[in-house]
Amino acid sequence: MGVRRRIGGFVLKVNPILCDGFGHCVELAPDLVRLDEWGYPIISPTPVPLSNLAALESARYAVRGCPRQALAIERVADVQS
Amino acid sequence: MIDATSLPRVLAAASGRPLSLAEHDDVFGLARPVPAFLEELEASGLTGRGGAAFPTFRKAKLLRDQRGHSKFVVVNAMEGEPAAHKDRTLLAANPHLVLDGAEYLAAAIGAKHIVVAVSRDNPATVNHLSHAIHERERRTLRGAKFELHTPPWRYVAGEESALVHWLDDNESLPQYRPRRPHILRIGHAPVLLDNAETCAQVGLIARYGGQWFRSIGTTTSPGSTLVSVSGAVTRPTVMEVALGTPLRTVLAAAGADTDPQAVLLGGYGGAWLDGRNIDVPYANESLGSLDATVGAGIIIVLPRGACGLAETTRIARWMANESARQCGPCAFGLPAIADDLQRLTLDARDATAAHDRLLERCGVVEGRGACRHPDGVVRLVRSALRVFADHVEEHASGIPCAAARSTRHFAAVPALEREEELVWE
Repeated sequence: MGVRRRIGGFVLKVNPILCDGFGHCVELAPDLVRLDEWGYPIISPTPVPLSNLAALESARYAVRGCPRQALAIERVADVQS
Repeated sequence: MIDATSLPRVLAAASGRPLSLAEHDDVFGLARPVPAFLEELEASGLTGRGGAAFPTFRKAKLLRDQRGHSKFVVVNAMEGEPAAHKDRTLLAANPHLVLDGAEYLAAAIGAKHIVVAVSRDNPATVNHLSHAIHERERRTLRGAKFELHTPPWRYVAGEESALVHWLDDNESLPQYRPRRPHILRIGHAPVLLDNAETCAQVGLIARYGGQWFRSIGTTTSPGSTLVSVSGAVTRPTVMEVALGTPLRTVLAAAGADTDPQAVLLGGYGGAWLDGRNIDVPYANESLGSLDATVGAGIIIVLPRGACGLAETTRIARWMANESARQCGPCAFGLPAIADDLQRLTLDARDATAAHDRLLERCGVVEGRGACRHPDGVVRLVRSALRVFADHVEEHASGIPCAAARSTRHFAAVPALEREEELVWE
């Protein structure tokens, strides 16, 4: 394990084919995810800075808590904040 | 040799039956190996004719730089758009030109297999192609082997990732591609997928060069393209036009109404264009400022007196049924959008609320499918609300127009064969 770099950002991405709308992600990461009227997640495409540790942790919970394993965290090189 | 400034190019010598290989060589000249093929392709500035208008050279170069000794070239002649007839017209005239182009691309990227995909619901084209491929077996030019595949026809079955999914695994379902560009694969083998018309243009570029190709068209979209004109025309036609021709000239040449209410451009995932704007040059860079595209070369003419909202409702309803139902926002969102449109068009009491709901749902659905199917419907619906804005107000004020209940339709929409499937389990 090296030193974690805290520059750059991340986006939470959902694979819409795998997603079946269980809605666990909105419970685990309420700041990043909201639901549409059919219960499928809407995730903002703007990157969140990695220095926002609370958001990153909740995103990790959402990824691990997804019953269909449809979520992934994607690193983005730079982020405007 | 085809004269550089004359049209038609890819439809040259079209005579109602496909040219045999010998006739084809007489008309276009022998297909000799071209060492500087990719340079010529780059100089030509050819963009994909299947709808996305991606530069063909960049795609070929991306695939050439892929590792692997087994690569595929896939010729997409599925033609999912109900209003499109260009690929079947092309293959009923010059099938060998398409196959030539596929061979040049295969030689350039080092592919050993060429797959030609046609819908099995289009048996005439399947016949033409199997005959043409059989004719070629006697003289193999570059060693790439042809295969003919015939998936069943569906709207999304012609989408590139769905077609490759069919070839790979016999399922015509779009794939999730988180990062672009995405290399599609059959097994582990990288796939270069091009539209049939693109391949035909490649066959001409390889013979006559990139400068020849650029001698008609505009600087940013050079060359010619096939358009399928239908709707308020004397007879639905497929024509070859130079890109950048004024749309009015195209309509006049097709024998269409030159004073239409609106024109649907691109296909069922395309956009309506106001009839007042039909002097715009028919090329992506000028249509883009009006939020329309050339797309797959579809032009549907809507005459004055017809109800554009009713046409859009029928199209949206059919597109909702053609969803592959893999992604929730598309499977539930598109039927909801079609319902809203129907309320707006026919139900006077609920029209204003339906209009607001429609705008909100368009924003919710957009960009949330694995493929661009929902985005296309959203674009069509938004353009309809924009172009027919006066008409929307009329409907919203509580008096649906008489044309909305008319049984005369202009956009060809196949019958919904399995309407009960609109309910997703």
